[in-house]
Amino acid sequence: MSVVLDAKVPDGPIAEKWDNHKFSVKLVNPANKRRFKILVVGTGLAGASAAASLAELGYKVEAFTFHDSPRRAHSIAAQGGINAAKNYRNDGDSVYRLFYDTVKGGDYRSREANVYRLAQVSLNIIDQCAAQGVPFAREYGGLLANRSFGGAQVSRTFYARGQTGQQLLLGAYQAMAAQIAAGGVTLHNRADVLDIVVKDGEACGIVTRDLLTGEVRAHSGHAVVLATGGYGNVYYLSTNAMNCNVTAAWRAHRRGATFANPCYTQIHPTCIPASDEFQSKLTLMSESLRNDGRIWVPRNSDDARAAADIGDADRYYFLEEKYPAFGNLVPRDVASRNAKTVVDQGLGVGPLRNGVYLDFADVIARDGESLVREKYGNLFDMYERITGEDPYRSPMRIYPATHYTMGGLWVDYNLMTNVPGLYALGECNFSDHGANRLGASALMQGLADGYFVLPYTIGDYLAPKLGTAPVPVDDPAFTAAVAEVDDRTRRWLAKRGTKSVDHYHRELGKIVWEYCGMARNRTGLEKALTEIPALREEFRANVKVLGSADTTNQALEQVNRVDDFMEMAELKVRDALHREESCGGHFREEHQTPEGEALRDDENFAYVAAWDWQGADRPQELVKEPLEFENVKLTQRSYK
Amino acid sequence: MSAGNRHGAKLRLKLRIWRQAGPDEPGRFLDIDAHDIPEDCSFLEMLDIVNERLIEDDIEPITFAHDCREGICGTCGVMINGRPHGPESATATCQLHMRKFRDGDEIVIEPFRAASFPVVKDLMVDRRAFDRIIESGGFISVPTGTAPDANEIPIPKDVADFAMDAAACIGCGACVAACPNSAAQLFTAAKLGHLSVLPQGQPERWRRAEAMVETMESFFGSCTNHGECSEACPKEISLDFIAVLNRDYLKAKVKNRRLASQT
Repeated sequence: MSVVLDAKVPDGPIAEKWDNHKFSVKLVNPANKRRFKILVVGTGLAGASAAASLAELGYKVEAFTFHDSPRRAHSIAAQGGINAAKNYRNDGDSVYRLFYDTVKGGDYRSREANVYRLAQVSLNIIDQCAAQGVPFAREYGGLLANRSFGGAQVSRTFYARGQTGQQLLLGAYQAMAAQIAAGGVTLHNRADVLDIVVKDGEACGIVTRDLLTGEVRAHSGHAVVLATGGYGNVYYLSTNAMNCNVTAAWRAHRRGATFANPCYTQIHPTCIPASDEFQSKLTLMSESLRNDGRIWVPRNSDDARAAADIGDADRYYFLEEKYPAFGNLVPRDVASRNAKTVVDQGLGVGPLRNGVYLDFADVIARDGESLVREKYGNLFDMYERITGEDPYRSPMRIYPATHYTMGGLWVDYNLMTNVPGLYALGECNFSDHGANRLGASALMQGLADGYFVLPYTIGDYLAPKLGTAPVPVDDPAFTAAVAEVDDRTRRWLAKRGTKSVDHYHRELGKIVWEYCGMARNRTGLEKALTEIPALREEFRANVKVLGSADTTNQALEQVNRVDDFMEMAELKVRDALHREESCGGHFREEHQTPEGEALRDDENFAYVAAWDWQGADRPQELVKEPLEFENVKLTQRSYK
Repeated sequence: MSAGNRHGAKLRLKLRIWRQAGPDEPGRFLDIDAHDIPEDCSFLEMLDIVNERLIEDDIEPITFAHDCREGICGTCGVMINGRPHGPESATATCQLHMRKFRDGDEIVIEPFRAASFPVVKDLMVDRRAFDRIIESGGFISVPTGTAPDANEIPIPKDVADFAMDAAACIGCGACVAACPNSAAQLFTAAKLGHLSVLPQGQPERWRRAEAMVETMESFFGSCTNHGECSEACPKEISLDFIAVLNRDYLKAKVKNRRLASQT
């Protein structure tokens, strides 16, 4: 039987949908909330804000993180800022404009109603975070400062130096810490979630492995909330933290939750290129550098001169030449694809010929080194620390890298997956960014979901369950899931293969990056569909995991994650293959305008592609949620 | 390429790495001849390479904590030749690169040493005591939905900047590891400094100071003003915040007692 996806978008004009919905959803009486137990997996922006807010309402919350402390979650690494339609700058911003920009920026592949709500609650997020003591940047008058960000013509981005994600996460973490102290939240740290338990079609719990003792445990609750981030590490090299993984979401998918738009991945244009095979991650350099840096490569691939010795005539400023109006400030996807093109032509720079120059010589000559230092000093220092090169003297080398994943578990307007009782928040779900995310919108969405959406919508599911107890953990649904996890662990350790987990992760990353990275085509994707299953088979037969199950074992933690990436990668490629159009982060070379821009096919592909698990031996089935645009006019993006 | 950079150069290093199977197991140093280590790799990537080679030889890889590898999550941190996060100032272990070492160097790598940071395994320690300090009061109580408009509370720019200087702490624990007394004053002071200068932080200021300092003291040693903590801090959190902590704690004891005697 095929899954039917009902987005449950409320009736009414777009501006009234959320209010109408808040009035029509069922509520749980304040005194009864303590009778419900909610399991929240992940303690990043979405998870920590949800756990804190639900506990404040009176629910009994159990929060799970595989980190040693909730504060380590990868939200902490976000640099730029958080959008909100406050219109503090008096420059014409509004909820409607933020909504419009986000739908357009997402290349018209998101659900209008969700995005409008996101823009609405963006106002409350800034209030909430400021009240928590998040040290946002201020003007001399003491009021909040803003800056502009790509894809918007207004200044609506709030920021805390280059550490906005850190400060917002600490705010949410501290709110959760207050609830831990008050007894509303029970925290399980170093608890790795390895399965989701579903009984009679409803989510009822999870299975965790204690990363210190190896103990495998079942946890039961009335609802399960996944806030476990994105799947960018399917590429091995990305700007994600090393431990980011798709496991909780993937296990939910295997238990019946549909996985939507896995081919949508955002590539960030300004990262430091890999230096060798042992590179473990890529570091992002803030996009703001493109305001003053000029991007170029030598015209001649044999040009061995140092950058400074190459005269203007021999330099190819490819963005400035191709896009005279926007120049070096074209959107992320356009900048990334063009860098790939010149590197593929053999024009790349650096020891591995895998980057392009981002040159500050002109701005240093014009404004002086001290002004540049004032603006970008910390970024230049970071660059020098990593590469050993001084960007005041020679140009930076940059190359695009995977940064964010727009796809994820399919959710309805309530943020519930198609499995009743199972919710997905933040980057873990697919909902608000369509095929491309605008800068400073990830933090906004994570906090919107956790602080201001889920606390309202979860009551609708829970209210009818009043008086029922959670499924006991000795129920066969739990014992079977625990046995499966134990069995999986034993299988890895029993193998005496020859290659490390990292080896296979790297190999997988190479395939996915090559064929399903910045630009994709049918031939490459079909090739990936033969290479990934072959690699997966070899990995499962030949991976070497040393050590034991009853102690800290980082290779064992990683092997489960890579195993899930091996399956996820295949679905991602199939999704990319089926989507015969280009949109946002998904660029199919067969579908481009004569100028080389992404060419959408709104007639045939204006839908969410949700994939339904059919068992390990059969491919997932495609289920479509049609996207209707009643408020935003679909247009072709152009940056010429 | 800029002068002085030697992309592709390799190092040979003599590593002495602490190995300990579990919290209650005895530990010992393992000597490793680490050859062909690229200068361009980070310290943690050097450990990755060492681990790959150990796995080839069927030896269990070295456990070490790490995650973001861009110096912000605070997960990583080891003692490198007796210094938390190693020789470079204002640099977390993951941001330290091997070009800062010379061919033939001996590098001693140990876990952070502090009674309140028990070793989990090899180079990984348990820093949960930090979370207990935050839970005891390191927050401003503002239930979701109750906040006034963000611009209703103007905060002078220098006050916001001061708060941000303190809030930059990444909770790595280098301050504790550097301190001869294993004191956690700098970590605690960073959070108190962040919240106590802000107008939003005033209502709970004295309760927070007393609770956090006393929770801290139940886990960690006492501060005797060595200043090693600030030296080791990858975010260069200033010792000034410890002065704020001391002042607020003293005032809090007086104020809280007076309040208690009135009830």
